[in-house]
Amino acid sequence: MIFKDMMTMLAEGTRDTLYMVLISTLLGYVIGLPLGILLTISDVDGISPNKVLYKILDIIINITRSIPFLILLILIMPFTKLVVGKSYGTTATIVPLTIAAAPLIARMVESSLKEVDKGVIEAAFSMGAGGFTIIWKVMVTEARTSLLVGVTIALGTILGYSAMAGVIGGGGLGDIAIRYGYYRYETGVMIVTVAVLVVLMQVLQWAGMLISKKIDRRRGK
Amino acid sequence: MSIIELKNVSKTFDAKKSNIHALSNIDLCVEEGEIFGVIGLSGAGKSTLVRCMNLLEKPTDGEILIDGKNLLKLSNRELRLMRREIGMIFQHFNLLMQRNVLDNVCFPMEIAGVSKAEARKRAKQYLDIVGLSDKAKAYPVQLSGGQKQRVAIARTLASNPRIILCDEATSALDPQTTGTILNLLKQINKEYQITVVVITHEMRVVEEICDRVAVLDHGVLAEVGDVKEVFKAPKSNAAKALLLERKIKQLEGDVANDI
Repeated sequence: MIFKDMMTMLAEGTRDTLYMVLISTLLGYVIGLPLGILLTISDVDGISPNKVLYKILDIIINITRSIPFLILLILIMPFTKLVVGKSYGTTATIVPLTIAAAPLIARMVESSLKEVDKGVIEAAFSMGAGGFTIIWKVMVTEARTSLLVGVTIALGTILGYSAMAGVIGGGGLGDIAIRYGYYRYETGVMIVTVAVLVVLMQVLQWAGMLISKKIDRRRGK
Repeated sequence: MSIIELKNVSKTFDAKKSNIHALSNIDLCVEEGEIFGVIGLSGAGKSTLVRCMNLLEKPTDGEILIDGKNLLKLSNRELRLMRREIGMIFQHFNLLMQRNVLDNVCFPMEIAGVSKAEARKRAKQYLDIVGLSDKAKAYPVQLSGGQKQRVAIARTLASNPRIILCDEATSALDPQTTGTILNLLKQINKEYQITVVVITHEMRVVEEICDRVAVLDHGVLAEVGDVKEVFKAPKSNAAKALLLERKIKQLEGDVANDI
């Protein structure tokens, strides 16, 4: 393959991968953040304990998380087709990626929010704060560093999943690695593609950690 | 009318093996403008008692009247409004770690819907009262324990409370800092006529600032009276034990000084 063609292909692949990963993670948070909050507040020591609700969410999330991503990808193809209109390509891949991301994100949000000092929540109650204020202005704000570390982990995991989607023609870098490297034995292309994935992962991780450190006020300036 | 009145208050925690009676049939009145102490050994139910006064803890039985209004009969909204009149400070300060000092003091006003500009203006005045104007932009992590407690006091002042509840507010502080925080509480009590309820296990705290004291023993009210009288002629065993413990500590101190 001509060098120029390969570069164009890699650039497009990177763009597609980023598109899938960012949109899926965003949608994953649209579902996962409220779920994580519900898990936190409905747990026994939460601000509004509700055993039944907690158990239901707990089980649903565990089930979704135990399905291997490759199986999930194939399992929900009919649903993907219903939503997007086709079951392959970058946009279609967003559906299974979001479904895989949401429960993972919910768990990470739950663990971040549970780190918030109970005393601070109690203090807010003593000032006459309502549930909504406590959730947004105390729990989410106090846990923001930990939540951002969670975003970094989520992006990394989804990046890995997105590459897997290449198996069913998911588009992006994973797709290129499988088509050229695996099916056509073009090891060179595969190595370069994987290298780009590695760089992407490093950049995500580095940027995520940098931002979360920057906004943390718990360490002295 | 007493500003705080507890009528036959009991609190039982459900435990797996047997129920724990944290409070049994407490009858107690706190008068407007006084500094009222509640003392007892750890596990006596002091914290539970003070948490009942703003319903952070819901009693199993009994009535809690603030200004004659039964807290247990209020709607959620009414309770939230009532809580703004009852400030609270804690042993571990419980400041928002991701907000600076000024924004911590603004928080109760934010909850009450005060405009941001107005809240900032008032917050600066409260920081002035507690002597921390120069730390407005600092974050809690950069402050000492005593300074954190001052911020917490400024924060409770921000909701214009009629009552301030102190839950072991000086227990995490060294003796010297304890003294300055107690003086601050006394000053606030005098200047703003705010009723103060102090929960503590230290006799010294009661001795230094309280007008009246209640002695709590295993969830039962052992004795209530003027601090001077209780200290001079304790009637209950719990009060005697606490006084004895203080005496031993003093003697230990004297011996250490002699050596």
